[in-house]
Amino acid sequence: MKRLKAFIKKEFMHIFRDSRTMLILFAMPIAQILIFGYVVVSDINDAKIGILDKSKDVVTREIIYKLVASGYFQISDYLIHENDIQALFRRGDISMVVVFESGFGTSFNKEGEANVQLIADASDANTARLLCNYAEGIIYQYSLEQNKLMGYANHLNTEVRMFYNEELEGVYMSIPGIMAMILILISAMMTSISITREKEFGSMEVLLLSPLRPMQIIVGKVVPYVVLSFVNTITILLISVFVFKVPIQGSVLLLLFVSLLYIILSLSLGIFISTIAKNQMVAMFISLFALMLPTILLSGFIFPIENMPFLLQALSLIMPPRWFVIIVKKIMLQGVGLMYVWKEMLILIGFIVLFLVLSVKKFKVRLL
Amino acid sequence: MNEEVVIKVSHLYKKFGHFTANDDLNFEVFKGEIFGFLGANGAGKTTAMRILCGLSTPTSGEVNVAGLDVGTCADAVKAKIGYMSQKFSLYEDLTIWENMRLYAGIYGVNKNEFRMRGEELLRELNMCDERNRLISTLSLGWKQKLAFMVAMIHKPQIVFLDEPTSGVDPITRRQFWELIYEAAANGVTIFVTTHYMDEAEYCDRVSIMVDGRIEALDTPSQLKIDHNVSSMNDLFLKLIR
Repeated sequence: MKRLKAFIKKEFMHIFRDSRTMLILFAMPIAQILIFGYVVVSDINDAKIGILDKSKDVVTREIIYKLVASGYFQISDYLIHENDIQALFRRGDISMVVVFESGFGTSFNKEGEANVQLIADASDANTARLLCNYAEGIIYQYSLEQNKLMGYANHLNTEVRMFYNEELEGVYMSIPGIMAMILILISAMMTSISITREKEFGSMEVLLLSPLRPMQIIVGKVVPYVVLSFVNTITILLISVFVFKVPIQGSVLLLLFVSLLYIILSLSLGIFISTIAKNQMVAMFISLFALMLPTILLSGFIFPIENMPFLLQALSLIMPPRWFVIIVKKIMLQGVGLMYVWKEMLILIGFIVLFLVLSVKKFKVRLL
Repeated sequence: MNEEVVIKVSHLYKKFGHFTANDDLNFEVFKGEIFGFLGANGAGKTTAMRILCGLSTPTSGEVNVAGLDVGTCADAVKAKIGYMSQKFSLYEDLTIWENMRLYAGIYGVNKNEFRMRGEELLRELNMCDERNRLISTLSLGWKQKLAFMVAMIHKPQIVFLDEPTSGVDPITRRQFWELIYEAAANGVTIFVTTHYMDEAEYCDRVSIMVDGRIEALDTPSQLKIDHNVSSMNDLFLKLIR
């Protein structure tokens, strides 16, 4: 154990002394999540909307006024018939249509309930989600105010429909996806580079000739990155919760545990890469092209998997990030527990075992 | 010279498929001896050295290092030997002292023992004031001398040196050999490979490998007499041809 400790200490020194490594480890993840996050979650000002007011009474007029007054919306068209909605969206500059049912105000005042429909163009899923959230909030606020004035409970039901992307895949997906990408990239790339560096400089031979066992060398290489990647995970989660307001509905503990599992998976992949790669260049090349592109393209992080051709869908099944994204989504957004994610977790564990077995086989061959 | 045997190799064979890298090697090395292990590139030196160090296993034959059978207790052997390679000496981004501490840690030297030993080795090199310098700021000669000292941080019985002086200037090489003599005088066995024939003359005994076999093994002076040549260089060329 003491031997291992000395070795791990040295690994930390390598990391902390190399400013480039530090940059990649800590600055890059934060930069990436901020960039991706802000690109995806753009702010909204004066979004053009259409109004289909079948009621045209005081209440609807007040709500419309409130929408405009908020500064988020700008009314560009008044519609007469539902059939016009599609045409309006096709024109392209309208991002949402607000539909008031006929007799809205009467129904609201008499029965305390009325329905308003928000139809958004979800081909830009994020904007659509945001617009609907804002509009819903404004309408809800209005109904609260009315309740106070009138002294009884009114209900405004807002119904939200996302055109073109009904399930709104890919909106909150971005945060789990970025997490998956950053973790696999950093963990796998950094370990594979740090192991191949020892090979390249010939120090691996010296280490193998020492009383350290090969397994200890690998563990010593990996431990610092487990720790640092875990720190990264927490940073990413903090940023996503406090900066991007992505909720964590489920257990934080479970989420952290799954992340740890995924980090170990990425590291075992990194070890495997280092057993194939002869030098740091090759290791980096494999890490970037074998990890980054598939993670971005095939994990469902940017492009929904359901929309892929069959072959790519099949290929995405063997992408570890895909499963991680599913788990994180389930825990963070749906708030489900272990019962609903254990299958995906088993798949992650399967990947870990696979990569480790392959590495051990390769490692032994190289030794002889 | 002390006649205690610290390395004993008998009928060592190492085959890679049909290629025989080590063909029936037999030799003994004594305590405190400087044993030169010579041979052309590809003669099988590195293979034999890896086996002696417990990094590789022989196809057949017996190898006994520091009183232990390498085949069955490679790990115990590793703790009793030191190793220095030509390719890599020390970690460039760590200081002299940190490198020493790392290897002391890996070899299980305890803290107090290390502090004394580290000082002792630095004093020997006259580098006490430079312990906080990064290795990357040192010249190759200094690095190699330091690497040799670090290889002895755990007081090994035997130190294996794999072409320790390649690329080092003649003056530094001379200084390096002085360190080797000093270590040997203290009872450390030195097992060294080299391509410099003047260095071969410094060895107590040398063996010369040709195509996986040991073609000659004796003191440098005896070898020159036996083969009727005037220098080790001539002997080497004669045997290799």
